[in-house]
Amino acid sequence: MKDNGKVTNIFLSGVGGQGTILASNILAEIFLKAGYDVKKAEVHGMAQRGGDVTTHFRFGKKVYSSLIKYGDVDFLLSFEELEALRYINWVKPEGKILINKQEIFPPAVSLGNMAYPKDTEKTFKKYFKNNIWMIDGQGIAKKLGNAQAANVVLVGAFSNFFPTFKDEQWLDAIKGLLAPKLHDLNIKAFFAGKKAM
Amino acid sequence: MKKEIMQGNAAIARGAWEAGVKVAAAYPGTPSSEILKDIADNYPEIYAEWSPNEMVAMQVASGAALAGARSMVSMKHVGMNVAADSFMTLSYTGIKGGMVIIVADDPNVHSSQNEQDSRNWARFGKAPMLEPADAQECKDFVKIAFDISEKFDTPIFVRTETRVAHADSPVSLEDRKESKIALGLDPKEAAKYVMVPANVRVRRKVVEEKMKKLEEYAETFKYNVVEMNDTSVGVIASSAAYLYTKEVFPEWSYLKLGMVWPLPKKMIADFAKKVKKLVIVEELDPFFETEIKAMGIKIWHGKDVIPNMYELSPEIVEAALKGKKYKAPKVKVKPEDLPRRPPNLCAGCSHRPLFYALKKLGAFVFGDIGCYTLAFAPPLQALHTTICMGSGGGMAHGAMKALGKEGLGKVCAVLGDSTFLHSGLSPLMNTVYNKGNSTTIVLDNRITGMTGHQEHPGSGFTVRQEPTNMVDYAEIGKALGVKSIRNIDPYNMKETTEVLKEEMAKDEPSLILCKDSPCMLLRRAKPLERFKNPVYAINTDNCRGCKMCLEINCPAISWREGAGQTKDGHKRKGTVYINPDQCVGCEVCVQICKYDAIEPGKK
Repeated sequence: MKDNGKVTNIFLSGVGGQGTILASNILAEIFLKAGYDVKKAEVHGMAQRGGDVTTHFRFGKKVYSSLIKYGDVDFLLSFEELEALRYINWVKPEGKILINKQEIFPPAVSLGNMAYPKDTEKTFKKYFKNNIWMIDGQGIAKKLGNAQAANVVLVGAFSNFFPTFKDEQWLDAIKGLLAPKLHDLNIKAFFAGKKAM
Repeated sequence: MKKEIMQGNAAIARGAWEAGVKVAAAYPGTPSSEILKDIADNYPEIYAEWSPNEMVAMQVASGAALAGARSMVSMKHVGMNVAADSFMTLSYTGIKGGMVIIVADDPNVHSSQNEQDSRNWARFGKAPMLEPADAQECKDFVKIAFDISEKFDTPIFVRTETRVAHADSPVSLEDRKESKIALGLDPKEAAKYVMVPANVRVRRKVVEEKMKKLEEYAETFKYNVVEMNDTSVGVIASSAAYLYTKEVFPEWSYLKLGMVWPLPKKMIADFAKKVKKLVIVEELDPFFETEIKAMGIKIWHGKDVIPNMYELSPEIVEAALKGKKYKAPKVKVKPEDLPRRPPNLCAGCSHRPLFYALKKLGAFVFGDIGCYTLAFAPPLQALHTTICMGSGGGMAHGAMKALGKEGLGKVCAVLGDSTFLHSGLSPLMNTVYNKGNSTTIVLDNRITGMTGHQEHPGSGFTVRQEPTNMVDYAEIGKALGVKSIRNIDPYNMKETTEVLKEEMAKDEPSLILCKDSPCMLLRRAKPLERFKNPVYAINTDNCRGCKMCLEINCPAISWREGAGQTKDGHKRKGTVYINPDQCVGCEVCVQICKYDAIEPGKK
């Protein structure tokens, strides 16, 4: 695991309704149980209606601010391509980026007034070399029977960044946060995501 | 001790339970809404209710306190404007059981109509205020607030803000302790609670004495904490502003204020003496700064560099205090070059066809607070004011009085069901009483929508999901004297347009009620069952690319560039696409399309 004195910053971004909050709750469970101080900040309310949503997630021996300092993101986990690009400036030069291959058009694009940005992967590669991964979370989840499990597919992929945690620890967190009838699907989603990266 | 990761609001609920609270009341408002819901879901020992507005919630809590129970009321910052009349005299009467007022500010207006700083209420209303920085403090401060409230016979505020209310961090859980104060009402205490001038003058003095004692108490309050470190710079801060500053300048000395009113003047003066340079970091108003400067203490930096608007963050504090020495990270992509993603009405929302109809009629729409406020955004642009809860009705009436007959057919007020019950009744009563002629439209979607589905007196359920009386809006209209009351089905756009046109043209008050139009996310109302087909699709043989259907700003509909032609030879620059994952089959676009290009599709 990371150096105990250091705080690690994870930034999640996506579109309201994509399940970023569940993903950040899973992270919170994992790192709290591992004995870290944890802080997490997100905006609820108006932003839920299809707007962009972000979560600041931080863990370490002692965490003060719940907000990550601009430019200090160690890991960017984005659920949508445009919402990844929007926060590219937040990532440290040595930061790692995991993006869900999905385009959700904002109004300006739907109306034909602006183009959806192209080449998300290329842009990230330019600045972060091989520290960027893109997976088709929704496609993988659909194959498992429910597109809504895309968020846990992404968590599965994201778990590769933290090899000291055992699969059971992730599964415990996932099971603790979801209704029993959703366990099977989401366990499959976790492993499918883990393998996809 | 068991530790759990909790949202600030959940920690407040937990604190209330551990403190032995018996009665909790609230009206939803971001970022405070989760508090009461959390109480209702997790703590059966507490009676919990959604009141129709913050003033009633304040009254419920103060009545319970007067009966000896510990009580809590929670609201967003602007809720205090509504509750103020009920609050301002409470510091005179005092309470019996502890009474805590949670007020949640929204710096940066993530989801509000203004950015007012609630610390001013404490000074204005002569009541103490605590300000937690994280979830553990949310719980601890709520508990100690009840002790302070009872010790000093005063209502007390706990102020949060978005980054405290909606931030999660670990919280140690403890058991509930019941209050030792006996329940009961005592008629002999009337002089303390009947605020007629003779009694007020007596209590007025008590208020001042109380505030003096509280000022002394603040000096020893255990959550006003001095952290001496490098004494070249000393920072006075509270709440999230303290955390941001500590994050970027861990080497400096700090006075962290847990009680933000009254201020511990001796402690502040003492701290100022011990450090070379004093910095005050606070969000929004120069509240500490004004007080500390009035004490004759010199400060190095405060609002001269720290912004007095929007929210702070670690980099904003760092940049403000480092000045030219601050190095911003390299910009790789300019965020302003990317398309924005503002919130939007859901696919299938009943507000969409109604606002489209109003737009086509060229109406000036006096709006209100709710999801429907989003109708202001392009391309819909069909709502023209948003001031506060219930304001549209009164403003429409005033505008009609100013415009005279010229205004007929051009003006209306819209408000949601929850907003109508919150504060829309008096304006409607006024319109009738003063012989007005404005039109009021109640967008009844059966729930408080924007804040995340809270029950209200018109939804038919209590916060704990017990069935209860459902307000009949038409009966209310009748009782207030409205003669012209019409029901509309907003999804029937032709009929809706006709009714709106007729009612706005009438020289008398009218009330239009949207019927059978529940929120798309309200599962129990089965909102999708009313639609004939689950999904629609574009018939590209017919689509001329006229973009008419894009005007409703449906999240399911988007433009696809690509020159071509229809089957019968009309040239086009592109076609429209309906995303089957998002379309719910509301048929609004079908009614707008002039070329029969939208047909039932397959999921």
